Amino acid sequence: MSNAAREEPVSSLPKFVRRLDPAIATAFGCIILLLIIGSFYSTSFLSPEYLLQQLKVASFLGVIATGMMIVILLGQIDLSVPWSVAVGGMMACAAAAYGPAGEMLAIPFGIVCGMAIGLANGIGVAYLRIPSMIITLATNAVAQGLMVLYTGGFSPQDSATFAMRYLATGFLLPGIPNAVLIWAVIGAGTVFALTRTTFGRSVYGIGNRESAAYLSGINTRRIVLIAFIASGALSAFGGGLLAGYASKAAQSMGDAYLLPSIAAVVLGGTSILGGRGSYLGTVAGVILITLLQSILSVMQMPEAGRQIIYGVVIIAMLLLYGRGPANR
Amino acid sequence: MKEWRYRLNERRSTLMAAGIFLVMFAIYVSNHPAGLTANVVQTAANKGVLLAFVAMAQTLVVITAGIDLSVGMIFILTNALASWIVLGTAIETAFGVIAVLATGLFCGALNGLIVIYGRLQPIVATIATGAVFFGIALLLRPFPGGSVNEELADIMTGKIFGTVPASLVALAAIVLIIWVPFSRSVIGRTAYASGSSETAAYMSGLPIRRAKFTAYALAGLLASIGGLFLTFFTFTGEAALASGNAYTLFSIASVVLGGVSLFGGKGSAIGAIFGALAFRTIGDLLFVFDFDPLWQPLFQGVVLLVAVSLGAFGLFRVRNRLEWFG
Repeated sequence: MSNAAREEPVSSLPKFVRRLDPAIATAFGCIILLLIIGSFYSTSFLSPEYLLQQLKVASFLGVIATGMMIVILLGQIDLSVPWSVAVGGMMACAAAAYGPAGEMLAIPFGIVCGMAIGLANGIGVAYLRIPSMIITLATNAVAQGLMVLYTGGFSPQDSATFAMRYLATGFLLPGIPNAVLIWAVIGAGTVFALTRTTFGRSVYGIGNRESAAYLSGINTRRIVLIAFIASGALSAFGGGLLAGYASKAAQSMGDAYLLPSIAAVVLGGTSILGGRGSYLGTVAGVILITLLQSILSVMQMPEAGRQIIYGVVIIAMLLLYGRGPANR
Repeated sequence: MKEWRYRLNERRSTLMAAGIFLVMFAIYVSNHPAGLTANVVQTAANKGVLLAFVAMAQTLVVITAGIDLSVGMIFILTNALASWIVLGTAIETAFGVIAVLATGLFCGALNGLIVIYGRLQPIVATIATGAVFFGIALLLRPFPGGSVNEELADIMTGKIFGTVPASLVALAAIVLIIWVPFSRSVIGRTAYASGSSETAAYMSGLPIRRAKFTAYALAGLLASIGGLFLTFFTFTGEAALASGNAYTLFSIASVVLGGVSLFGGKGSAIGAIFGALAFRTIGDLLFVFDFDPLWQPLFQGVVLLVAVSLGAFGLFRVRNRLEWFG
């Protein structure tokens, strides 16, 4: 079912056009459509610099959506993304206040904090059998409470370290933003993990039917736990990158990433019920969402219009190819 | 002869929620500097009913084994709308109120249509419609403002005969007008049945789709009553993403505290109302104990986390590990 994801993203595109999932084809079709619409609004829309800039912006969402995708493949959902992102960014900046050692450990510390949120989610879902959307909403609230306390009760350090800024905005290879490189590495790692390892096979198996996966000897609870920890870590890492991009962390920085990350995964053809989907689809979904955002901002659409268009586009596309089976 | 025992057992979770609320409220009042006065009760009631309406809305959907993550946004949207149109003469105000309620009903019906006939997962569908509702609220009230018919607002937030808070009376009236007929009708029974086992309900020939649609639509209506009351209390409308999300979250917490099963088929709106009142009182407890208000979000989050974890006790009764996977 997941065979479409056997290749690395982008590089081997021509080879499997034949095997392309209709959902992914639709998503790529929409990307081309958006590029054409965008070029009517601004002539610089199709210039390499602008597209590379879009890719850079997309990579933050791409990193966050990677974690979301793993969780959705299990048939679960992670609604703690907003404050996992904020915790990642804010804690990385906070660590930077503790001298050179703190600055070195800033990003890892942020990621560890995100992993802690993921651990709580994973224990709740895998071992306590709490529905994932409920437990992740609850941990999201707890993370928010902790951050409110942190920013209100102590003097916060909210400026990003040099390393964070470099990762988010620098250029290691000439012409290619570091953020894009990071997304490519994480993406390649995820494709490998999902298609070439037992972990990946187990994730798809659990998403299809958890009891069957359990009966076939998979330690389903551990896999679910690991998936949620990975999601927390990736959200927090995305938060660290975002803090580097804006060179500071802010309380509500993650709010704008919950709906887009779910939308990117689902628009990329991953079934919200789990068990089916490929990373290439998620890449398409992320680029699609980023271009949509970009066009709306080129059109100077106010926030209200963006929210409405977002919601409508997601529902329309889900109605096109994300419908559940009729159970009768 | 033992009829009362069955009835008691049936309502155990509701009674438990009522008990938790009474204990919490007793602690709150006994530590409140003013003690148990009509004003203290009025203030607590006015804060509590907002969440109680939204929690009631969430209950209807949760009973069908769905979830509505847009209730908070319908609440915010109708608040923003009410701050424009619930104004002027008595007739104009009445039409304004009707329009606000109709908007809520329409939003809920839209959710129902998308979930039932579009066959989308309630969680994704309502996150997306929630974004749309929030966007419209932003169009209506990009900045806090507006006003409301003050006479009506004073009546709805005041006290009847100087003692009973009017908002509580309104809550009771809505329970009698909406919840009681719903839960006793075929539609309501079907909502419970389809939440418990949709296949079984379908096989028994129950009108599943109509029941689920009614549940979503009434949820929108109840959320809009909450939005209307918010306008009565604050005299303004405001499109705030954070408070919309908070109400959605707290409505789920109230539902859980009120003994409504998130897997559907179990619980009552009365329980959820007591859950909401209890949840609000727990938040207020911090103030009477002189805690820094900064602790409140964390405290509410932890209460929510503990409340949802309580369901895990069911795991102790599992005999076969396959039951883990439901």
